[in-house]
Amino acid sequence: MPGHFEPLPGGGAAVALDDVEISIIRSLAVQLLELIGPGPAEDAPDDPLAELFAEGPSEPPSDPVLKRLFPDAYIDPEGTPQAREAEEQRAYSAEFRRYTENDLRAGKRENALAVVRSLDALASRAAEDGGAVLKLSAEESRQWLGALNDLRLAIGSRLDIADEDDTDLLYRLPDEDPRKPMVMAYLWLGGLQETLVSTLMP
Amino acid sequence: MGDVTSPAPVEIERTESAEETFAVPEPDVPWVTIVHNDPVNLMSYVTYVFQTYFGYSKDKATKLMLDVHHKGRAVVSSGSREEMERDVQAMHGYGLWATLQQDRK
Repeated sequence: MPGHFEPLPGGGAAVALDDVEISIIRSLAVQLLELIGPGPAEDAPDDPLAELFAEGPSEPPSDPVLKRLFPDAYIDPEGTPQAREAEEQRAYSAEFRRYTENDLRAGKRENALAVVRSLDALASRAAEDGGAVLKLSAEESRQWLGALNDLRLAIGSRLDIADEDDTDLLYRLPDEDPRKPMVMAYLWLGGLQETLVSTLMP
Repeated sequence: MGDVTSPAPVEIERTESAEETFAVPEPDVPWVTIVHNDPVNLMSYVTYVFQTYFGYSKDKATKLMLDVHHKGRAVVSSGSREEMERDVQAMHGYGLWATLQQDRK
C-alpha cells in the first residue's frame, strides 16, 4: 500500500508513509502556506473584526502559481473581447477578487495546515520505526484532497505544464535534468490524490 | 404661490434621469459557469467535484468532465449572476479553473 490511499471501514482513508515521504509532503505544504500568506487578521491582531471587514486585493497576483489558484472570474481564457468589453471584464474580475480572494486563501490555508498537523502527529512514530500508517477521518480526507490538488497545481505551474504534451515530455526527462526530482514528486502526489479520490467517490 | 410650486417640476425631472441610468440591458439573459480544461487536474477529481458540489449524477458529472477534457470547456451551471459567482468561487476553492459570463447565444 505504499503511495496508495485505501478506504477505512466506516469512512476515512489510510496510507503508509516512510519518514522521507512525510518530510517531502510536509515541506511542500509549508512552502504552499508561505506562498498563500497569512490571513488579514494576522496583520491586525488587535482588531477581532478586521478579518470580517477586510477587503481582498483587486489586482491579480503576479506569481504564476497564485494566478492559477486565484484566476480572474470574468475573463474567458479563449475569449476575444472588444476593448470596452475587456475593460468591463477586468473591472468585474477585480470586484469579485476583492470579495472572494481572502476567503479562498483562508480555505486553502486550512487544508494545507491540516496536512501539516496530521503529518506532525505521525512524525514521532515514523522516526522510531522508519515509517507509519497515516489514518485520516472523512473530513481530513477532504482537506488532504484539496491540499494535494493545490500542491499539484503549484508544482505544475512551476514546471510550466500548460497542456497534455508538456506532461508527456516530463515523463521522458533524462535523470540528470534538474527538474527530475520535482517531476517525481508531481507524479507521486498524483498517485496519492488519485487513490484518495477513489476512497471519497459518492 | 410661485414660490410653492416651482420646485415640483425639478423633482420630476431628476426621477426620470435616475431611471434611465439604472436601466439594465438584457435582464432576462441567464449567466453561466464555465469550467476550463487544464492538464493538472485529474479526471477523477474533476468528476468528484461535479458530483460533490453540484450534486450531479455520476453519468452527468462524467459527461461534463469529458467535455472539459476534450472540448476544452463545459458549461456546468446556469442561473442568476449572484448564483454563478457563488459557483465560480466554489470551483476556485476546489482548484478548478472557472469563469462566469452572460449566456449570449
